[in-house]
Amino acid sequence: MASRDDIKFLSNPKIGQKRQKYCRFRKFGIKYIDYKDPDFLMQFVNEQGKILPRRITGTSLKYQRKVSSAVKRARHLALLPYETDLLK
Amino acid sequence: MSDPMKNYEVNFIVDPVLSGEEIKATAQTYVDHLKNEGCTIVHVDEMGLRQLAYPINKRTSGVYYCIEFEAPNGELIDPMELSLRRDERIIRFLTVALDKHGVKYNADKRAGKIGKVTKKKKKEDRDNRDRRQNKKRSDKGDDKKAAKEEKKEEAKSEEKAD
Repeated sequence: MASRDDIKFLSNPKIGQKRQKYCRFRKFGIKYIDYKDPDFLMQFVNEQGKILPRRITGTSLKYQRKVSSAVKRARHLALLPYETDLLK
Repeated sequence: MSDPMKNYEVNFIVDPVLSGEEIKATAQTYVDHLKNEGCTIVHVDEMGLRQLAYPINKRTSGVYYCIEFEAPNGELIDPMELSLRRDERIIRFLTVALDKHGVKYNADKRAGKIGKVTKKKKKEDRDNRDRRQNKKRSDKGDDKKAAKEEKKEEAKSEEKAD
């Protein structure tokens, strides 16, 4: 098999790796999520303006609820769009 | 027991078609209204003219106001919202009850601490990323093993194909 060194980089060994996800609110001690800060809330929506699931952002359940209510308040105040394309 | 005063925050968007004085007068009427009801105004934040994320009543921009206040009870919220709803100068409003974290956050924001915190946070983020990359470097031995295994599998599949 040593002769097959030429196919060393045919597959990216980093693809299968998992990066440890964490809740940024737990980690940095953020207790309150500001619904008047659309730039911050942008991190929790996809480019259609939909709220990203916990499995992607790694947010804990307690703060995911707060994130979702903050995003919904921001939408009501027209700080974030309800539906759009190419938000980012 | 904590004090019986409750903290609220009312946001509203004023029609930008009005003149500057009229807009200020609109905000001032609600500040006065709250004061008459026995509230203490903590802060009136004028966020200024902003683009709306979507058009409301055929307006694409609006003047944002946010009044933070302490109310003795919640009974005055309903009549206040009714008057906001009937007011044609206001295109959107939102009243929110603040918990202790929200009060603290707003105080910190006024003191200018929040911006610094977010900057720090970003730096910490970067540091963590660096650490992780270092870890990955140290773990590369394992990666190589995994890669070799993959190679073997590939080689096998190629042989089969042949």
